[in-house]
Amino acid sequence: MTLQLASVDALVADLADGAVVAAMKDTSGAPMALARALIGKGVRGLHLVNMPTGGLFADVLIGAGCVATVEGGGVSLGEYGQAPCFVRAVKSGAVRPLDTTCPAVYAALQAGEKGIPFMPLRGLIGSDILTHRADYKIVDNPIAPPGTHDPADRAMRDPIVLIPAIRPDLALIHAPLADRDGNLWVGRDHELRILAHAARHTVATVEQIAAGNLNADPLRSAGVISALYVDAVALAPRGALPCGMAGLYEADGAAIAAYVQAAATPEGFRAWLDAFLAGDTPARRAAE
Amino acid sequence: MAESYRAEELLIAVVCRLLEGSRHIAVGVSSPIPGSAALLRRALDDRIGGTGPKVSVIGAESPEFRTDGGVDMFDCAGQGRVDAFFLSGGQIDGEANINLVGVGDYPRQKARWGGSFGSAYLYFVVPRVILFREEHSRRVLVPKVDFVSAPGWSPAGVYRPGGPVALVTPLCLFTFDKARRRFALASRHPGVTLERVRDETGFDFDAPGNVPETIPPQNEWLALLRGRVAREIADPYPKFAARVFGAAPAAA
Repeated sequence: MTLQLASVDALVADLADGAVVAAMKDTSGAPMALARALIGKGVRGLHLVNMPTGGLFADVLIGAGCVATVEGGGVSLGEYGQAPCFVRAVKSGAVRPLDTTCPAVYAALQAGEKGIPFMPLRGLIGSDILTHRADYKIVDNPIAPPGTHDPADRAMRDPIVLIPAIRPDLALIHAPLADRDGNLWVGRDHELRILAHAARHTVATVEQIAAGNLNADPLRSAGVISALYVDAVALAPRGALPCGMAGLYEADGAAIAAYVQAAATPEGFRAWLDAFLAGDTPARRAAE
Repeated sequence: MAESYRAEELLIAVVCRLLEGSRHIAVGVSSPIPGSAALLRRALDDRIGGTGPKVSVIGAESPEFRTDGGVDMFDCAGQGRVDAFFLSGGQIDGEANINLVGVGDYPRQKARWGGSFGSAYLYFVVPRVILFREEHSRRVLVPKVDFVSAPGWSPAGVYRPGGPVALVTPLCLFTFDKARRRFALASRHPGVTLERVRDETGFDFDAPGNVPETIPPQNEWLALLRGRVAREIADPYPKFAARVFGAAPAAA
């Protein structure tokens, strides 16, 4: 197969309102070019799964009104502070938070990639996360060693939480490399493989197209998402900005700080978004 | 003569003493003081000819502190391969429940923070969890948290090899009594009275008749901190290292 490169907008052209979309944390390649395409398309009502947390990518989509439900371990801009649009949208009720703990997101996607209905996970019992997650179930460990599992003795049941599988309709990835056969190289962010395996469809923007087949190189093949899982690829050099891309470019800290300041009000966010959609950001100007 | 020290250096020393004997210490995001304490522990252990603990910093770029990603971090903790970790909370209550989600009725709360992150899992499986908060006030240390991100204790029968051992604040060190589900004041930092701790703490705690004063960092510790540890912590936390120690990364 020879990969037909798509435009970034074409990658999300078929995405329906209300779809379940998923992306990995900002430091694993924030798909900011895809955020621009999603917002430009005007998609609404998304269920956004943050693997396992959300940052700028999530906050921008939420601020632009694309998201109805946000699921994951948390949304934050790390050292830059709280995610302003997320906080505003949760407080106003514009977005429904589906709070969980980070390993539960990984577990749910691992169940998804295995094609099994759930994954058990330690922890969570007694938390208010569980109180508000009717979809999470507690069962007694059915294979506890003899003597530790006595249903008559409440203290001996070894309760454990079952996390339902997540199979996103669409995984959104920004990766360093793709090859002409449609394989993606994600390098040390190999957990993106779990995401692509679990999702029904995966689209990716990439920094570059590699010569040859990425699977032919044993040093790189461990970090490859097989073309089997990849629906379409578009070139988007520096497509994670203002977030960074490990080993390629640093996050633009000044631009993220400016975002935090602008997005403190809905009007400020609107102005920021207009510039972002026009591709007119300090980082892009600097890059050109 | 004892050298003068910064408030951060005192807190690092307090946390460092709690880490004795750890083989693998994990440090979360935005935790420069716990991170420095872990690196000081390693430096001290190395100095006496031992093998200092492995220190993992979640989200760190440098190969030395990196884990093989989040899945690896949580799996390794689930097996008991992480001895010590640090958690905090927008609210922490007297039973060591922590709240990282927000204030008011969930989900449309009047204050909303980032979320529970790894707490609802790591608090259960890491044997030595040290609670750390740089604000000691009734706003933070509350009688009952509004949202339990992770409970301080679990009923019998619930798998819970991990949990809180202590709470470190700018005023004092509390230890947590698992059986009684209560904090006890272990030491008050130099210049802090028991009355002040009581005034600024929203939950009840035990206090012995004579609460000792926290031992300040000895000169030898300060030398290690301002030398090796300052250079090492500048890798994951450059701003902190520059502010507190005036240090730049070792291999920048």
